[in-house]
Amino acid sequence: MSNSKIVTLDDLELLKEKGLNLIYPTKTKISVGMATCGISTGAREVFQAISEEVQNQKLDCVLSQTGCLGFCQREPLVDVIEPGKPKVVYAEMSYDKVPELITNIKNQKIKNEWMLCQIGEKYSPRLDGIPFYKDVDFYKKQKKIALRNCGFINPDCIEEYIAKRGYFALHKVLTEMKPKEVVDMIAESGLRGRGGAGFLTGKKWQITRSSKGKIKYIICNADEGDPGAYMDRSLLEGDPHSVLEGMLIGAYAIGASTGYIYVRAEYPQAIVKFLQAVKQAEEHGLLGKDIFNSGFNFEVRVNKGAGAFVCGEETALIASIEGGWSGPRPRPPFPAKSGLWGKPTNINNVETWANVPVIIDKGADWYSKIGTEKSKGTKVFSVVGKVNNTGLVEVPMGITLREIVYDIGGGILDNRKFKAVQTGGPSGGCIPESLIDLPVDFEKLTEVGSMMGSGGMIVMDENTCMVDVAKYFLAFLEDESCGKCVPCREGIEKMREILNNICKGEGEEADIELLEEIALTVKEMSLCGLGQTASNPVLTTIKYFRNEYEEHIINKRCPAGVCLDLISYSIDAEKCNGCGACVRPCPTQAITGEKKKLHSLDQEKCIKCGACYETCKFDSIIIK
Amino acid sequence: MITLFIDNQKVAVKEGTTLLKASEKLGIEIPTLCYHEGLPPYGACRLCVVEIIGEKKNRMVAACSFLVDEGMKVLTISDRVLKRRRMIVEFLLARCPDIKAIRDLADKMGIKKPRFKTKNLDCILCGLCVRVCNEVAGIGAIGFVNRGKKLKVDTPFHLASDVCIGCGACSFVCPTGAIEMELDAVKRFRELLGIEHKCRYSLMGLVSYKVCSNNYECWRCKVDQRIRDSLATHPIFAAKKIKTEKVNQYFSFLKKIQE
Ligand SMILES: Cc1cc2nc3c(=O)[nH]c(=O)nc-3n(C[C@H](O)[C@H](O)[C@H](O)COP(=O)(O)O)c2cc1C
Ligand code: SF4
Ligand code: SF4
Ligand code: SF4
Ligand code: FES
Repeated sequence: MSNSKIVTLDDLELLKEKGLNLIYPTKTKISVGMATCGISTGAREVFQAISEEVQNQKLDCVLSQTGCLGFCQREPLVDVIEPGKPKVVYAEMSYDKVPELITNIKNQKIKNEWMLCQIGEKYSPRLDGIPFYKDVDFYKKQKKIALRNCGFINPDCIEEYIAKRGYFALHKVLTEMKPKEVVDMIAESGLRGRGGAGFLTGKKWQITRSSKGKIKYIICNADEGDPGAYMDRSLLEGDPHSVLEGMLIGAYAIGASTGYIYVRAEYPQAIVKFLQAVKQAEEHGLLGKDIFNSGFNFEVRVNKGAGAFVCGEETALIASIEGGWSGPRPRPPFPAKSGLWGKPTNINNVETWANVPVIIDKGADWYSKIGTEKSKGTKVFSVVGKVNNTGLVEVPMGITLREIVYDIGGGILDNRKFKAVQTGGPSGGCIPESLIDLPVDFEKLTEVGSMMGSGGMIVMDENTCMVDVAKYFLAFLEDESCGKCVPCREGIEKMREILNNICKGEGEEADIELLEEIALTVKEMSLCGLGQTASNPVLTTIKYFRNEYEEHIINKRCPAGVCLDLISYSIDAEKCNGCGACVRPCPTQAITGEKKKLHSLDQEKCIKCGACYETCKFDSIIIK
Repeated sequence: MITLFIDNQKVAVKEGTTLLKASEKLGIEIPTLCYHEGLPPYGACRLCVVEIIGEKKNRMVAACSFLVDEGMKVLTISDRVLKRRRMIVEFLLARCPDIKAIRDLADKMGIKKPRFKTKNLDCILCGLCVRVCNEVAGIGAIGFVNRGKKLKVDTPFHLASDVCIGCGACSFVCPTGAIEMELDAVKRFRELLGIEHKCRYSLMGLVSYKVCSNNYECWRCKVDQRIRDSLATHPIFAAKKIKTEKVNQYFSFLKKIQE
């Protein structure tokens, strides 16, 4: 069956049946989360151990794998599915737990302590007191549209995608809709690009569609150069067919017969999964000539990116596919008018494409009811930093930062105080606690000086120095600036140098004003989005944390105790009881003292590594 | 035709005209560094920035590449424009404090000393040389290497180019004098013998028979000087741009030299 072409709806229905049997087999199924995040925490070893142990214990079961369920912090995840019962999700599995796992499955036992949740409310719970998926704090407020299948199906298996109504939207589009109707539907849904700028997708399609020219291209932007963001990777690894189907629909609507996907070379797993999806789609006649007997032809080419951040910028990306030096060029002309090889080109982000089939399937009306007035639907964020639960979350637009940080993220690590959250990747802004009830959408984030960007979200606690944060992001951007235009190349460097001086205690009072002046120049004058947003970290930290700058500059103090040149370590004579625990960890032997007597710390020798601070149980190391 | 207002003066230009060209029509001068008549806009120096009055917010755009729009209101010397341009020149002065073109610009704006650490480089990375070599001469002997603050113009792998035809267009367009044909490249030509010893116009493909008798010291060559004078620009640009009539003139001129 696997080589048969899908031509009619019946063919699709047939494969759907087959897929459903694979997802919910008639015997026990064990499935391991094997996206990059899972693999990096040992999913491969777990999978290996399971397949060996299943043989050892002669367990009759199906072994499978799936993508990332978003809770990356608690990987590797292992699902156990018994026919007619809810799926059991075990978290933080390791190979040494596998023998017990298999024995338990044989004995129909469930290990409470390992469980993350159970999935499938239509069945009676397997175990009382264990929350269903939808009731887990981390998932409760999420709404999965783009990530709908990630972690639920086996990405290697086109049948499982079809079982989740995959390619039904494509069938509908090719057999029942005119291209213009497709464009209109996407426009009505209000979908906006998820790659950063939030341009209306329907409008962009319309412009490309109506641009003159016989040959048109579409591109899927999977460059994802933003450190800390990995939603595109997760989508390509966990549900590549949804991206492919989105591209097919878009190509039909726009009038393109060739598509490119530009994936960064650092994502080997994503490339493998996508190529495999392409191959399967070709085998089933969903790519190639005359798809669904509609006369529509489409082929996809995969391009590996060079890994520079700026290559994600659309004009630079196009230049890179063409094989030239990757620098952005002035727009207009926009790619929709003149893009790849001078032809009208529609470029969208991975997540944008993945939303398309659902919108077609469920309707523009359904989609536009989710989200806020101007920002419809959901957005995937990668929540990292000082929160208890880190991972990929997909939430409806308009959810507040507080809900993301506290309800989904589970609050700040070690019960510390929340200080700021940085959204939008390296060139996003830092949003302070006073704005934590801000509803998250494109407009609101921009209003407060940050941006949606790719959906990175870094939570910072009270031990974070905001000047240091600004310096850190600028150093990244300084490295990643392509260097083509003067304000970005020279301006970011200058700002970083000034921030460096401030952190070293060499700041001058005029520096804040100078920083602001440079920041505005870089923001208003740069050629591409990198430079135009690079000032956000500086401008927002000055706006919301000006006192911290002043402390550094005037009083030569780093209030958060981070900037090494401005702090010193000492021992609190009242608290030190002479336990001596700090003596050994100190790499420079700066701490001396007799047992049970007050110890002393030699400032000359101290390199401010913080080892003593981490060790002392009596809080007697003071950082000032 | 599209009508717009630049510094409160009305002007009508064809669709697809850049703000720079439209301003020119009104005799309004906008400073540029990376722009050249014979090349597509590049948008790198950002010196040509102007302010467009918007409904909610004004926008800053590069005049050399931004296209006119109906009813657009443009300011070429607002306070904001001047302030931002000044900062750009200050950046460039910190990068190339000894380059005359930059010093003159700074003087005009009253910038004496940049507030930043200076670097003493001579290339402002305007990309003119790279573009003329690639897009006009069609050779591609030089390009950009690295990125960000390490960006520079170089031959591939920093090796003496074996494709450079020695046309000298790169040094002709360079606003700072940063690029000169390296002796290496010239030496390669000098080593050629007899009939191979072709004049650079021959290497450019403009003529097929002139042999260089000046040992590639073009600046001493009378023919070279006269060709330049007669074309009023570097021959590379002329060859690509001038209409047949002019080309014919040019070729008959070359023929005369030959006789
Ligand atoms: C410096 C820079 C980096 C970018 N990186 C990415 C990226 O990694 N992925 C992406 O989809 N868009 C990226 N973009 C945005 C793209 O230029 C483009 O707007 C986007 O791919 C359009 O797709 P969308 O309309 O679906 O958002 C970047 C933009 C800039 C300025
Ligand atoms: S803004 Fe930065 S990244 Fe963009 S073109 Fe200019 S130098 Fe390159
Ligand atoms: S002299 Fe050489 S490097 Fe310079 S433009 Fe001519 S061919 Fe290119
Ligand atoms: S060498 Fe001259 S022409 Fe080439 S980029 Fe540098 S300044 Fe511009
Ligand atoms: S002349 Fe317009 S950007 Fe350089």
